[in-house]
Amino acid sequence: MSLNDYLIASGLLFAIGLSGVLIRKNVIVIFMCLELMLSAANLSLVAFSRFNLTDGLPNYSGQVLVFFIITVAAAEVAVGLAIIVALYRAKQTTSVDDLNSMKH
Amino acid sequence: MPPFLFYIFAGIMLAFGILVVVLKNPVASALSLVVSFLGLAALFISLNAYFIGIIQILVYAGAVMVLFLFIIMLLDLKAAPKEKGGLLAVLGGIAVIGVFAVQLIGITSNFEAGKVTLDERPLNLAAAAAARPALPEGIEDPIANDLLEGKLPDVKLIGESMFTHFGFHLQVVAVLLLVATVGVVILSKRELK
Repeated sequence: MSLNDYLIASGLLFAIGLSGVLIRKNVIVIFMCLELMLSAANLSLVAFSRFNLTDGLPNYSGQVLVFFIITVAAAEVAVGLAIIVALYRAKQTTSVDDLNSMKH
Repeated sequence: MPPFLFYIFAGIMLAFGILVVVLKNPVASALSLVVSFLGLAALFISLNAYFIGIIQILVYAGAVMVLFLFIIMLLDLKAAPKEKGGLLAVLGGIAVIGVFAVQLIGITSNFEAGKVTLDERPLNLAAAAAARPALPEGIEDPIANDLLEGKLPDVKLIGESMFTHFGFHLQVVAVLLLVATVGVVILSKRELK
């Protein structure tokens, strides 16, 4: 399989995530689509790391970056879901149509 | 990895990614996302990134998605009431995918460096073992030993890279996790006073 195949798979996954952010109204599903986009970026990083061989091994700097991205994404999920719970307590809804003001 | 496995796992990843967007019930979306991440982890493993593949399953498909399901069930979201005025948004979403796909295929068809295949870039463990820096007399290099035995010690290699070149970044991420923990506790208190 060539590098282009992996890049196309990664780009399509990113596009699906982006379209989900545009289409869906539920905050939690939008958040899941954000995770999809982050993972698509990870796939292209790992593909570039594997194809840029240094001394016969993959370039591990790329995989360390993926590790950091996964860590930051986990922290982001924790904070984001806490914000969603706080929003739900204030407004009793998770639809972005009803979440249109900063104060309550 | 034989090509048909790539197509199977990429197909699983993309098909369940589409289901995340299409399905109305948030719980069904979350479970589709788990399957999509499993397909992605298989693609990581096909790229010899075994550690990243396992982390993807443990952290994403495991911890993060359990957190999602926990919140969906805590808020007791019903299978969403009708999302009104969706037609324009749906057309926009499909247009985004179409434009992305056309651009990707246009760019990658002209990207000569991307046409190398995995078979043309085999891992060379013996050369990697030979390129390891020499250690003082009497100290064994576990990474070089693994490489000479024909294993790919990718956890050790990632760890070596992380603790030699990216030590500062690792500490910054640790502080970020601490800040996130404190932030979540403060956000979750009932009254923000």
